Amino acid sequence: MEITVRSLWTLIHGFGFGALYLLACSGGILELYRSTSSPSPSPLTPRHEIFLRVYLITMVVLAWGAVLSGAYIVYPWYRAVPPAGAASSLLYPQHLLMSSPSTIGWHSLGMEWKEHVSWLAPISITMAAYVFIRYGRDLRNHRQLRAAVLSFALVSFVAAGVAGFFGAMINKNAPVQGGHTIQLSRNVEALGK
Amino acid sequence: MNASVETAPVNTASPATLTNGSAAAAILAAGIGSFALGVLAVAGDKSALLKGWFTFYKPTGPLSGVTTSAVVIWLFCWGALQWRWRKSTVSAGRISVIALVLLALGLILTFPPIADFL
Repeated sequence: MEITVRSLWTLIHGFGFGALYLLACSGGILELYRSTSSPSPSPLTPRHEIFLRVYLITMVVLAWGAVLSGAYIVYPWYRAVPPAGAASSLLYPQHLLMSSPSTIGWHSLGMEWKEHVSWLAPISITMAAYVFIRYGRDLRNHRQLRAAVLSFALVSFVAAGVAGFFGAMINKNAPVQGGHTIQLSRNVEALGK
Repeated sequence: MNASVETAPVNTASPATLTNGSAAAAILAAGIGSFALGVLAVAGDKSALLKGWFTFYKPTGPLSGVTTSAVVIWLFCWGALQWRWRKSTVSAGRISVIALVLLALGLILTFPPIADFL
């Protein structure tokens, strides 16, 4: 069992940061809403508030990790131009997608949208985390600002969802491959024969 | 930035309630940053000259410049608005609406068919 360095980074980008952010988002938005919109005087204990702060900071790290690893590690491999006379397009995903009318849309719509819209996620969630950390339970006294923060957090979730969906589909149609191979485990049965 | 949105401090829910300036600054800056991202994405796509300018890091291409510039604009606006509004109470409703409109425009502008249509 083995994996290439490029596949591993794609996994870290997509699952380690992206999917984890999406998972965290659903809980984070619900908790933000619950913690700041309850009419009761103080359902948010200090311990709960600290937990939510750490949770939001983790989301910020995941969101920035996803876009930075995507843009500066995985994307250069994706958009690499094959040298003249290259025998195969398998190591050049963008070129591979654009070589067929049945897959070109995954690049021209999918990647073109994903590469930009995904950046709305870290910008929005960084703002939401800052506002919550600064105001905490006091945010419930600023109804309009609270609604804006929740809207930005929701857009962050949608943006990450769009990026995640197209990322998965693009990698299914033209996976980022190549680089050094990392041996994960040896096939004991095969070695025994 | 816009002095007209600033108002005199108003009575809030409790004496300990913070003024809303810091939150408003962060929200409006996020809206401006999102809009800047959409505008720069379209500009980088439409103009060969800008495409070259935005290539800050060659392996990533124009995406590196588009996103870095948008992040710089966002952080600069955040810093400037925070400095201006940190102790003020501002018109939260108006600022929230402006920020959400900018966010929506940013979201729309990143959608390739819209960018192609422009």
